[in-house]
Amino acid sequence: MTARIGVVAFPGSLDDRDALRAVERAGATPVELWHGDPSLHQVDAVILPGGFSYGDYLRCGAIARFAPVMAEIIAAAAHDLPVLGICNGFQILCEAHLLPGALTRNQGRRFINRDVRIRIENNTSAWTNGYDAGDEITVVLKSGEGAYVADEPTVADLESRGQILGRYVDGNPNGSVAEIAGVVSAAGNVAGLMPHPEHAIDILTGPGAEGLGFFTSVLRTATGRISAGATSTGARSTGR
Amino acid sequence: MSGPGTTVAAHDTVAAAVATPDRSQPFAALGLTADEFARIVSILGRRPTDAELAIYSVMWSEHCSYKSSRKHLRQFADKAPATDVLLAGIGQNAGVVDIGHGYAVTFKIESHNHPSYVEPFQGAATGVGGIVRDILAMGARPVAVMDALRFGPADAPDTHRVLPGVVSGISFYGNCLGLPNIGGELAFDPCYLGNPLVNALCVGVLRHEDLKLAAATGPGNQVVLFGSRTGPDGIGGASVLASASFGGAGEGAKRPSVQVGDPFMEKLLVECCLELYQAGLVVGIQDLGAAGVACATTELAAGGGTGMRVWLDQIPLRDASLGPAEILMSESQERMMAIVAPEHVPAFMAICAKWDVHATVIGEVTGSGRLEMTWHGAHVVDIPPGSAADEGPVYDRPVRRPDTQDALAADDPARLLRPSPASAGVGADLRADLMLLLGSPEGGDKTWVTEQYDRYVRGDTVLAMPHDSGLLRVDDSIGLGVALATDGNGRYCELDPYTGTQLALAEAYRNVAVSGARPLAVTNCLNFGSPEDPAVMWQFTEAVRGLADGCQQLGVPVTGGNVSFYNQTGNAPIQPTPVVGVLGVHDDVRRRVGSGFSRPDAAIVLLGETRAEFGGSLWAWLRHGHLGGMPPAADLNAERALADVLVAAAARELLTAAHDVSDGGLAIALAESCLAGGTGCTVALPADPATFLFSESAARAVVAVRPGAEPEFIAVCQQARVPTVRLGATGGSALVVSGLFSVPLDELREVHRGALPALFG
Repeated sequence: MTARIGVVAFPGSLDDRDALRAVERAGATPVELWHGDPSLHQVDAVILPGGFSYGDYLRCGAIARFAPVMAEIIAAAAHDLPVLGICNGFQILCEAHLLPGALTRNQGRRFINRDVRIRIENNTSAWTNGYDAGDEITVVLKSGEGAYVADEPTVADLESRGQILGRYVDGNPNGSVAEIAGVVSAAGNVAGLMPHPEHAIDILTGPGAEGLGFFTSVLRTATGRISAGATSTGARSTGR
Repeated sequence: MSGPGTTVAAHDTVAAAVATPDRSQPFAALGLTADEFARIVSILGRRPTDAELAIYSVMWSEHCSYKSSRKHLRQFADKAPATDVLLAGIGQNAGVVDIGHGYAVTFKIESHNHPSYVEPFQGAATGVGGIVRDILAMGARPVAVMDALRFGPADAPDTHRVLPGVVSGISFYGNCLGLPNIGGELAFDPCYLGNPLVNALCVGVLRHEDLKLAAATGPGNQVVLFGSRTGPDGIGGASVLASASFGGAGEGAKRPSVQVGDPFMEKLLVECCLELYQAGLVVGIQDLGAAGVACATTELAAGGGTGMRVWLDQIPLRDASLGPAEILMSESQERMMAIVAPEHVPAFMAICAKWDVHATVIGEVTGSGRLEMTWHGAHVVDIPPGSAADEGPVYDRPVRRPDTQDALAADDPARLLRPSPASAGVGADLRADLMLLLGSPEGGDKTWVTEQYDRYVRGDTVLAMPHDSGLLRVDDSIGLGVALATDGNGRYCELDPYTGTQLALAEAYRNVAVSGARPLAVTNCLNFGSPEDPAVMWQFTEAVRGLADGCQQLGVPVTGGNVSFYNQTGNAPIQPTPVVGVLGVHDDVRRRVGSGFSRPDAAIVLLGETRAEFGGSLWAWLRHGHLGGMPPAADLNAERALADVLVAAAARELLTAAHDVSDGGLAIALAESCLAGGTGCTVALPADPATFLFSESAARAVVAVRPGAEPEFIAVCQQARVPTVRLGATGGSALVVSGLFSVPLDELREVHRGALPALFG
């Protein structure tokens, strides 16, 4: 049995089908999770997909971080459950303080949908261990509030601890500090990425297939955790 | 706030209408003529109540009743080609087309021109929302949107107010809704300065058995209104805003007629409806768009051939001061109305609650044949629903070909100076003309706009910008897909609306075919000036005749569409601008053909015949500021043969690229293919180079043939009698026209990409 990877659907999630498809393409078992259901259903990893969770008229992710499912995710993340927030999911993880910093309005003040190249800066995380450090991959940026910001000491910490997951190359599309496209927690299990790897899994419907590595990486991580006896069930018991 | 008691007293009732037959009513302010008002009185046998007057004024508006166009639109049915692909046609919320394997597709294009001028962001946003609900109401999951946009000159100050607002409105609504934007158009002309055109298309997919119709059947069934609460926004939008010309000043007075959109609510409504359909809880359904509750109730009751009783005071309000007439006319967004069997109401409500969608029973289906509405117990409406929905006035407006048409046609572009092969500087002149076109807002790259739209969401977008059509995968396992393109050309239609409309149809048809998809069906959005101007009516009747004849010849039926009149400021109408959308089916999207030259050593072949046709061309307009003569000939048999070749060649995987030749001619087509694929090319022109580069002869495409496949491809063309000219081959990093000029791709790209950012930042 392959690892079970959950994708949370909030009412305004949009890229949840794409994330489920990417999980399946990687060879894992996709599991649909619902924002109002406070259970992770024994998944081995969780993806918070792109979209506008609750409409996000207030501030992206500001309401979603209080969803019933988020309490479970926050608890499980403390026990090494791999969690990836893509785009709106990244915003939610920042709002939930699982990741440092915040995402703000693009520098150009317009929504941008563009194929971008990012460099994998950390290839030891749960989500990037299938890449080589320094690999440059093409993924899809599509966001209006994608500019990563953090204060100087935080950025310096992220740099020195290797917590910068990926960086934009060929220019900074949205004004992110230090060209940061994604960051990862100190423990390496919680990752946030502004551009979308799940839209780059097939040349037919994306700019290529170089994003698939995120999903094959976590499959490897999860499979390793399963054989080591760790499951999200243990983590969940602490969340109750 | 007034209490219910005082509210009742304040509103007109049926009893009061009988008791006070001579009370004067503001029918003219609501857009009705004295004759129309007299007809209402004769239908009812008394004066209408205020609420009834509200219903008739919006339902009999030009926007809802098609009173000036109906007589002419009949041609789409009368001349419809024999087809077995239509599951639902004209008259429904949208046409439904069988694409095989049990799948059906529904698609429609609609205008939101006037609101987008008054309030660009909300006007355009709610245009997207409205067309999406039309598609949803057919039982389909909306899967993509497109938009055809036309503005005044790109450097005009007002264009800098309207264009960015429109684009961000479409971006905001479509992106939040999670629908990929897979294509459209962007054009500029002085005629659109005070009347921009914002036409939005939506396409949805359903299984045959999931088709829903707008019919209130089964007396005793409940009428449920769900989605947003009703507010004072958009009151009279259909009658006052969409059915009258702009006066030129004081547009601020119309601002309250524009609606405000909430895409998150629409997203919930989409998911909620799809779950309701899946659970089998919906007998009939209608979206609330123009004319709001008035339209939904009259059309559902008329569609079902039944009656309906509605308790207007049950409708949840955002503004408690609204009365019956205002509630009926409100165009608050993100609302739907369903007919539900009484035993299914609890399950219906439970699904709505899951999606946080507010739902309220506001009435029931009856067998009375009357639409009756009460307000706190008092009768305020009692009418035969068909009289409002289907039996509105039909006008046979005067039609007169304008006197200026002959002079326009006689102004032949043959007189225009074009680079002559005899002159020494011909190469440099041709190069300069290419760069002029390529760097213009019309001929330049549209990324500034399309980059603001999500084209990837849902993961099924196979082709979008900069390709000729949008191509969507429908079924992952078999590769079935649909292609869509919209086209229109106001300059061609100004010169000859009949031919111009056929050229719009032909271009959309061709754009679908270049991807390898087989064109199946047509939708249209007919944008014109005032129907009260006989010259405009002549343009309109010619356009409709051209489209109906063209569809008959091409064998593709019109499935539905929309008419937008009154696109004029004062006495100056826009150029006649029918926008035609064509839907095609792709048997296997893995064999799609894109427009880019993506590999070297492929033979470049021009398909079709090139004649010196510069009337209405981009070259004549930009190089000489000239608009005159006749548009290119529309040869629909040649279009059909060309499409057959393109579809067959895609299925046999003979091509590596295919690109429609239209605005700007072969020169622009070659430059775009080089840039889209990042590979240059070297071509030689067989005859007059200016004609070959810039003429806009129709029924042409430029293709790159897979190395080794050339003999087989040429045989396919010969069999279909499609003329071929071998121009050269792909390769290198420049666009080279042998013996004349060459442009490095970097320079092409810089000029092409620079046009819109230079103007809009």
